Amino acid sequence: MSPNAYLVLSGIIFSIGALGVLLRRNAIVAFMSIELMLNAANLAFVTSARVWGNLDGQAAAFFVMVVAAAEVVVGLAIIVTIFRTRNSASVDEASLLRW
Amino acid sequence: MFQNLMPLVESANAVSFEPVVFWITGSLSVLGAVGMLVSKKAVHSALWVALTMINLAILYVLQSAPFLGVTQVVVYTGAVMMLFLFVLMIVGVDASDSLIETIKGQRMLAIFAGLILVVSLVLLLSNSFYVQTNGLETADLEYGGNIQGIAALLFSKYVLIFELTSALLITAAVGAMVLAHKERAVPRKTQAQMAKELFSSGNYKGPLPSPGVYARHNSVDTPALLPDGSVSQISIPGPIIARGAAKTINQKDIDEVQSISEGRGIIDKEVEDQ
Repeated sequence: MSPNAYLVLSGIIFSIGALGVLLRRNAIVAFMSIELMLNAANLAFVTSARVWGNLDGQAAAFFVMVVAAAEVVVGLAIIVTIFRTRNSASVDEASLLRW
Repeated sequence: MFQNLMPLVESANAVSFEPVVFWITGSLSVLGAVGMLVSKKAVHSALWVALTMINLAILYVLQSAPFLGVTQVVVYTGAVMMLFLFVLMIVGVDASDSLIETIKGQRMLAIFAGLILVVSLVLLLSNSFYVQTNGLETADLEYGGNIQGIAALLFSKYVLIFELTSALLITAAVGAMVLAHKERAVPRKTQAQMAKELFSSGNYKGPLPSPGVYARHNSVDTPALLPDGSVSQISIPGPIIARGAAKTINQKDIDEVQSISEGRGIIDKEVEDQ
């Protein structure tokens, strides 16, 4: 089976994730969209690893997963902190630093 | 190294059921992503994303990455999405999006840009590989398996990145603790203080008097009589008062209760009416 199908699938999922970041106002849903984009990139990594026939792509996907886990922990802690002070999880509410 | 980039013969034992699995799991993962995009409630979005991630794990296994497939299930659907659900529990499950546009025309522009992104990515990626798939059979067999091969890469070629990852993880853990930790403004109340607060200032927290105990009826809409003959309003359940169905007590009822308690029996209604 052609690896291009996997890459097209990863492109579609990436685009949906990007659309989610653009469209959704809830910070948690926007965050889920970012996770979706990271997963799409991982799918492309795994596909490339299979095409080239070495495991470097899989190692890269592994590192992406590790970084995504760390990012989720810190990002969700930030969302909880913002929710405590502003009582809202909307990305529009946190505009204190805007000039 | 560069001979890997050369088009080689397709791997001998290519699985024939691969397209079937790909189309099922691929369409399910796109369905999950679209569901995340259109769900109003954040909890539903989280569940849709979990569906996408499980299907992506199947796709990893299909592409001879069993270790990453299992890691995907454990890390993403097991840890990350559950963390999302926990935070949704704190932030409020019914925290749904407002549909008001803060920037005029932003939604239409975003959909337009997303469509352009989809079309361009699909056109680009559908023609990305003209080479034949090498397959990972030889790479896997070099160290005896997929997990061993990844381990060999992590601990030799990428060992510095691996060590940096540990620093990143510990920083993230400390950062999350610092961010989520709330310093106490006032000292924690002792149990004695809490009990005193609970029962002071006239808010009665004991069991409420049962309705109808000292009255003629024992149904819930009849208020209990206090020892001095007055009506206890807290003996009737709130919803009954709200419906206006609470019975009133008149002097005759009180006299009757008095008569029962003195052993003279029930005052006969007909006799009294005559």
